[in-house]
Amino acid sequence: MDYEAVGLKAGLEIHQQLNTKEKLFCHSPTVIRDSAEHTGEVSRYLRVAVSEMGDVDRAAKEELMNQRLFTYYTYDTTGLVEIDEEPPAPLNPDALDIVLTIAKMFEMTPLPEIHTMRKMIVDGSATSGFQRTALVALNGAIEHACRVETVAVEEEACQRVEDTIFSVDRLGIPLIEITTSPCMKTPEEVHDIAQYIGMTLRSTGRVKRGIGTIRQDVNVSIRDGARVEIKGVQELDLIAEVVRREVQRQLSLLAIRDELQARNALVNGEVYDVTSVFARTQSQVLKKARVILGTVLHGFNGLVGLEIQPDRRLGSEMSDYAKKCGVGGLFHTDELPAYGVTEEEVHVLKETLGAGPEDAVVIVASTEQKCRCAMQMIIRRAKMAFEGVPEETRKMLEGGSTAYMRPLPGAARMYPETDILPVPVTKEYWESIAAPELLTVKAERFVAEYGLDPGMARQMAFSEELPLFERAVSEGIRPVFAARTILASLKELSRAGISSDALSDDAIIAVMKTVEAGNAAKEAVLDILTACAKGMSVSDAVSRVAPAFSREELQDLVHGIVNDRVEFIRTRGKAALGPVMGVIMKEVRGRIDGKVVSEVLDEELGRII
Amino acid sequence: MSLNNSDPVTVRFAGVEMDGIYINRSGENAIVKLSSGYNICVPTSLCSAKEQTVPAEKPRVLPIKQDPALPLLSIISTGGTIASTVDYRTGAVSSRFTAEDILRSIPELAGIARYHTLQPFQVLSENMNPAMWQELAGTIHDEILHGSEGIIITHGTDTMLYSAAAVSFMLDTPVPVVFVGAQRSADRPSSDNAMNAICSAKAAVSQMGEVVVCMHANESDTTCALHRATRVRKNHTSRRDAFQSIGRGPVGEVSYPDGTVVPAKDAVLRGTKELRLANNLEPSCGLLQYYPGMDPAVFDAFKGYKGLVIAGTGLGHVGTDCISRIAGLTASGTTIIMTSQCQAGSVCDRVYETGRDLLDAGVIEGGSMLPEVALVKLMWVLGNATRKEDIRRLIRTNLKGELEYDLWRYA
Repeated sequence: MDYEAVGLKAGLEIHQQLNTKEKLFCHSPTVIRDSAEHTGEVSRYLRVAVSEMGDVDRAAKEELMNQRLFTYYTYDTTGLVEIDEEPPAPLNPDALDIVLTIAKMFEMTPLPEIHTMRKMIVDGSATSGFQRTALVALNGAIEHACRVETVAVEEEACQRVEDTIFSVDRLGIPLIEITTSPCMKTPEEVHDIAQYIGMTLRSTGRVKRGIGTIRQDVNVSIRDGARVEIKGVQELDLIAEVVRREVQRQLSLLAIRDELQARNALVNGEVYDVTSVFARTQSQVLKKARVILGTVLHGFNGLVGLEIQPDRRLGSEMSDYAKKCGVGGLFHTDELPAYGVTEEEVHVLKETLGAGPEDAVVIVASTEQKCRCAMQMIIRRAKMAFEGVPEETRKMLEGGSTAYMRPLPGAARMYPETDILPVPVTKEYWESIAAPELLTVKAERFVAEYGLDPGMARQMAFSEELPLFERAVSEGIRPVFAARTILASLKELSRAGISSDALSDDAIIAVMKTVEAGNAAKEAVLDILTACAKGMSVSDAVSRVAPAFSREELQDLVHGIVNDRVEFIRTRGKAALGPVMGVIMKEVRGRIDGKVVSEVLDEELGRII
Repeated sequence: MSLNNSDPVTVRFAGVEMDGIYINRSGENAIVKLSSGYNICVPTSLCSAKEQTVPAEKPRVLPIKQDPALPLLSIISTGGTIASTVDYRTGAVSSRFTAEDILRSIPELAGIARYHTLQPFQVLSENMNPAMWQELAGTIHDEILHGSEGIIITHGTDTMLYSAAAVSFMLDTPVPVVFVGAQRSADRPSSDNAMNAICSAKAAVSQMGEVVVCMHANESDTTCALHRATRVRKNHTSRRDAFQSIGRGPVGEVSYPDGTVVPAKDAVLRGTKELRLANNLEPSCGLLQYYPGMDPAVFDAFKGYKGLVIAGTGLGHVGTDCISRIAGLTASGTTIIMTSQCQAGSVCDRVYETGRDLLDAGVIEGGSMLPEVALVKLMWVLGNATRKEDIRRLIRTNLKGELEYDLWRYA
């Protein structure tokens, strides 16, 4: 695909959780809980509020077409602010400090005062019905020709447990939102820029790590297409595929538009009750329904069922719109007969509605009210097909295709958070903020200064244990040994099912120092750490697991072993070294450095051979 | 350059040019709403006015549809969170909606009743005073007289219990009089204003027939409680279920969203009482909470007051060194009621010596009356009776459910 030729333009909105102790607007800890541990629940309705400009946001309006009762799980780690029972606390200064630090890394300009806004989201994921957000800095540089347009600090939303049940543990964790200009021209570029921004964020050492702590939204448009915002791409590896598939979808929708125009297609919006057509149907879905309504899309035959991206058709788009009314989905004649609907029924249906071979019929089955609502949505979406690509907010499906969520929100969704006072950012404060070294730069320095090989240097720089490594080095431990211990030993421990949380940084450093001082062998590090993780003190662990072995003791031991095998050694000559070394190591592994063993053994063998 | 609210402006900041709408000034800076919806704060010198091409469109006002087949209710709006909105002058939430605005923002109300809306005054509830209570009671009386079948009073929650208790004493009502408010501002999608208002309308058309406070019964949007006006207290600064009945349960419940009203067994029902207004009040009354070590001279501040309610410790005590000052006040004609600062329970000044000394000093035991309710009742009693024994008897009579029984029968 020649993405330049189709006029691909993509931008990113990256949301990254900040690793603060407290939430953004309350003093609860920023810990994620298991929803089974919830200690209480409240249930609430949300209503559309009018913005201070007097408008109602169209996305909010659509979300609330169905009044739903949302349930919220609460915990002994959450408080009244999370369930909107108390005014918020002032903006968390630590969160602002992290965001300003990141702004500095992108060479942005901070705003002199931070004004907190309420961004309306009424899908239930925020108990208040809005997410608090504030612009912090504008206009920064990224590599290539890309710009960061804005960075904002905002609250994380609730985690959905299922359907209308949400968990408030995540609500209010601070996020940074980084919005780029629509500067990316290929799917790969989107991947690279997202990766670069992610690396920059991690370079602060002050952002949360792990699955779900960073989410990318991608804005995609092509020439003659429309801006579409795809929410919540969690895996970086999928991001290019999402863009590729969105381009494919927009191109397909444009092709459908051209075909509809060529066919003189027509949506007249007439809705018919076709319940009687299916009076004796064997279709489970239709049998259950109280009412079945249908509409004819003139000239749409074959287009409703046309695949526009993997596993998605124009019919799926219409179905997404219909679902806003609470129906389960729709049937269209491009996919029928199927789902228990017979050829005969399809024939009667088309005949009843006067649909010709060029036409498609769409039906929905539910209650009268839901069907009427769904039909209006289907007709609306069908009419949009003549325009090509509608502006939409979409969500990512598994694999990288997307489904319709809601219209793009407008400015009406933002109104001032009157419970929070503006926070000034003084010139002195801004100037006092230092931009940390990028992880990529750090990795290069580890190679040049510490002699780490490039692979290990990169792994160390990007590891969550980076602070431990830097501390170890600053305390005089040899960098290569420190990196090896931290990367390899901790990995081994977790493989053995031992959480590294059970080991304090102090203990790990103490073990490394013991080895460096020659009081335990490198080989014993893993065993000593294991013992420490099980609760033993470092000195106990060293003396129990690997009591130190002096050179004199070793010489005695080696002398004995060699004497027992004099015949064998004389026969084999130098080749005896390996097997004898093995016997000795069995006795002393972890108690003395292998290099010392091989030296002593060499001396001893020299005596015989 | 002078910019006005809603003027389109161009902002040049951080090397970029942005379009927005001027909101207001913040010191040297201007607050501008960007087209993204974000408000930003930038030096005013970086904003320049843009040619206004299309005059800003005024929000469309929808006409209020009223169904003549439905019962007639009155909504009396006095201000407060249920009807508040963002004020750009101060940047804070303020009361600006009229009762009609409430109908517009809560269309479900139109399916319950017809409404006559009034706005005798518009204040934050901390600015209410006895003269306003009198005006409010008069307004309610007139509405009922002119055929209103139920009254809804929207009120700030801070002092709602005082107003509700005052109306309770001043007015005998044949129809429900429902005070309603909101704890969370009306400009948030999660506000409790709509549900409370809908429940209040359901209560106002129901079989209830007394003055009640209608607010969330718990933290969920499932039930509103109807609290007797003389037995309710705001027990939390911010929670939806801040209002709780003290010493008894609510006199009714409204389930949401179906709106079923279930009165308690001892609720006063519609039509039980005849309409009567007695809205004299004696405003020269005070309320004093005693604390350990209080300077007895504090009582001297109430010299010349017609009435004083003391919120004493425990069963109704103050420090022994205060008693002579209290005796001095009663001797010079101040009526003094003793209540307790405990959350619930009755005072009893016959158990300990201090209590007996207080009774000797002329203090009247207030039974289980809440101190705030006792204050309002004292104003009403002193406004409607002059003879000492009438005053004492009325204070010790259960007038509107503020007491479990008439105290004078037993003393």
